[in-house]
Amino acid sequence: MYPLHLTVNGTAHDVEVDPRRSLLDLVRETLNLKGPKKGCDHGQCGACTMIVNGRRINSCLSLALSHEGDEVTTVEGLADGEELHPLQQAFVEEDAFQCGICTSGQLCSAAALIDEIKEGLPSVVTGQDPVELNDEEIRERMSGNLCRCGAYNNIVEAIRSAAGEQR
Amino acid sequence: MDHAPTTLIGDALNRVDGPAKVTGTAMYAGDYKIEGGISEGYIVEAPVGPGRITKLDVSAAENADGVIAVLTYRNAPAQKPYGTPEDEGRFTQSHAVLENDQVRHFGEPVALVVAETLEQARYAASLIEIEIEPGEGVYNPLEHRDQEEQPESVDGLSEVDTYEGDFDAEFAGSDFTVEASYFTGAQHSAAMEPHVTVAQWDGEKLTIHMAIQIIASAVSAFANTLGIDEENIRIISPFTGGGFGSKLGVHNEAILAALAAKHCGCAVRVAQTRRNVFANGPHRSRHLQELKLGAGKDGKLKAIRHYSLASMARNYPFAEAPASPTRASYSANAIHTIHRVVKADIPKVDSMRAPGEAIGTLTFETAIDELAEKCGIDPVEFRLINEPQADPTSGDDFASRRLVECIRTGAEKFGWSGRVKPGSRREGRKLIGHGMAVAIRPNTLSPASAEVSLTADGRLTARLDMTDIGTGSYTILTQIAAETLSIPADRITMELGDSSFPTTAGSGGSFGAASSGSALFDACNSLKSALGERLAQAGVTANAFTIKGEKIVAGDREIALADILDQDGLQAEGSVDPDNHGNGKAEYSYGVQFAEVEVDADTGELRVRRMVGVFDAGRILNRKTARSQLMGGMIFGIGGALLEESLVDDRYGSFMNRDFAEYHIAVNRDVPDLDVNMLDGYSKGSNPLGSKGIGELGICGAGPAIANAVYEATGVRVRKFPIHLEDVLDQLPAL
Repeated sequence: MYPLHLTVNGTAHDVEVDPRRSLLDLVRETLNLKGPKKGCDHGQCGACTMIVNGRRINSCLSLALSHEGDEVTTVEGLADGEELHPLQQAFVEEDAFQCGICTSGQLCSAAALIDEIKEGLPSVVTGQDPVELNDEEIRERMSGNLCRCGAYNNIVEAIRSAAGEQR
Repeated sequence: MDHAPTTLIGDALNRVDGPAKVTGTAMYAGDYKIEGGISEGYIVEAPVGPGRITKLDVSAAENADGVIAVLTYRNAPAQKPYGTPEDEGRFTQSHAVLENDQVRHFGEPVALVVAETLEQARYAASLIEIEIEPGEGVYNPLEHRDQEEQPESVDGLSEVDTYEGDFDAEFAGSDFTVEASYFTGAQHSAAMEPHVTVAQWDGEKLTIHMAIQIIASAVSAFANTLGIDEENIRIISPFTGGGFGSKLGVHNEAILAALAAKHCGCAVRVAQTRRNVFANGPHRSRHLQELKLGAGKDGKLKAIRHYSLASMARNYPFAEAPASPTRASYSANAIHTIHRVVKADIPKVDSMRAPGEAIGTLTFETAIDELAEKCGIDPVEFRLINEPQADPTSGDDFASRRLVECIRTGAEKFGWSGRVKPGSRREGRKLIGHGMAVAIRPNTLSPASAEVSLTADGRLTARLDMTDIGTGSYTILTQIAAETLSIPADRITMELGDSSFPTTAGSGGSFGAASSGSALFDACNSLKSALGERLAQAGVTANAFTIKGEKIVAGDREIALADILDQDGLQAEGSVDPDNHGNGKAEYSYGVQFAEVEVDADTGELRVRRMVGVFDAGRILNRKTARSQLMGGMIFGIGGALLEESLVDDRYGSFMNRDFAEYHIAVNRDVPDLDVNMLDGYSKGSNPLGSKGIGELGICGAGPAIANAVYEATGVRVRKFPIHLEDVLDQLPAL
């Protein structure tokens, strides 16, 4: 077991960690935050998406010990107390989920996506013009977050609506 | 009415469980913490099957760090033999694992490592040495047609085969015919939440947290497998992360968790890995479907024959019925439908979303498209010509059928302007195609019960063992209670997913909302009558009343609930008995799907550009969640037409693409704009709510609409699904 210091949703943690433990299992099992889900454990579904130092990652593919000193945000860290994050509210309004198992990953991915667009980071569908938040960009950038219930179109609506509110 | 209820059945109420799901606080089975901790079980799969275990050395694993036990057939607690009792049927029969040294199929568990942590269990599992002497296996039904047999039953239908009319004579007398063989690939439901179970024993009592669609039959499965009384089993499952058929019954991890918890004397969680799901969960068999259709010059169907061949997993009696839609879609002089299976040594074959119709409309509706073209009749018109007046196979009257209205509405919304010569509609280097198909899905009602309790603080609690697998059960049940009792939705607590609650049919077969909803409706009506009596005793006669805060408001009178309720409030029970509904009429939900696709003239890449769906599902219980379910179904249909296939290695009977990198479900960018429409309606007689099933309807017809559009774009009739670019690439028209 090895020592690890990291911050999750603003709370500092000092823990002893099995070097084989993924960031996902650390958060779920060691820290008991059950919002992030394990849909594949292979970085193929996005249900485990967390925001680490401002960038979204598949936490199942990342060893916990590689996150010394990192700032991690999970779905539990999006809301401001009782006040839902605009994305969370928009997901409820637009019915952007059904079973809900992929939702925490979708939300973390969407939150980071909005920041990526603000920073002007291009994607494979970005043309010569400066990147802007349109449906094609959202669909491309959210394609690493699978949803078997098929809430994709509502997810796009929710992200557009929440991003508009945040501007 | 002075105080109109704020929430009505049909309103686009946001999901009442939405806030829990977007904040990560909804508790799924794998999320439970148990005092004293949970040990982790890791499944060790048989690398081949069928066969006999000749070596199983677990000593290194047993001595590894953190390992509590390694369960094998040598030390597993006693179980009833797999498949017994036979008359129980597949959900409730024994699901025994680790029974003996025989392996039924590849991927079957041969050991379970239980350790303090997942990392320890997974590592120890890698130390186990297994040798298996392979036996002779049947894997591919198409290579064993000499073994084909008629199954005792097929899913969802009363008859395995039907033979209406003289097919041979009608087919011979047809002016235009289509005769074609189709292949539909094996598929997996691939719910985003892998199967997971947490088991804990307290003496004789077994408590289970699991991802499940139907709780009552799961209780029976545990009882039959473990040889214990149902009274000693409690299953808790308030949230399930998608099912799509795969969680109708219990699977290997569930029994393993119960056995391991007993053996180790501690709570054990067994979560299937994503790879496990492809062998330890159920799948849809690959099918061979043969269609023969004949029509007269006038476009009237004369003869229809639909034959289907699939695998049935040995000792697990399930056969899908792809000819189900064929029996009820169109009028024809002769309709023959035949289902055959070959028993195979493969993982469980079971329902996947819209069993029958998903792959049945895929083939039948593309064959109809082909026949319409041969007749020189527009596919929309062809369907209108062949609209039946009564159920074509049973002769029963339809309960309610608004397919024609769906078709006309859909054609208008899509802007259907008739077929063009295949390959002729172009935009730059893209070949554009339009296609359409109809959706049909049997509508059923199952027995269910519910209980409600109103307390003096004006709060209503309802309890049912119904599950919410993303279907919106919490929300529509809240609406039914709110409207029936005129009580604000936010004063209602819906408690679901617990075997200690009144029994329902659970979630599956699109019967969930109608069945549990009708039971709750009955319970609320009973409570309403009882409240009326209490009001009368208090000297208030009222035809209608509203519950507002801690008061009951009747006309101009306001009475404190505390004055008319007992100390513990007022309770009522309700139920629904399908025998009292339906009246012998043929029950289906209907719809139509239109699709526009583009095919890259250089690469053959296939993309869906837009779809329009119009559906007749009776009374819509929540416009928002219903639309979502239909939309999700259409997306499932895109997967069925273009993406999803579980590929079998026929040397070993194993699935080769056991993850999301290789089993492709539609991702966000695969999905175009989807225009989802529902006809306003009320299906009188179907059930007390007037609703019809919606959960699987959106898939039906979606795939063939896309396939028919691919034909118009390319001129290629692809008769295997999913359709891939290599199926059209070398036949694309020159630009």
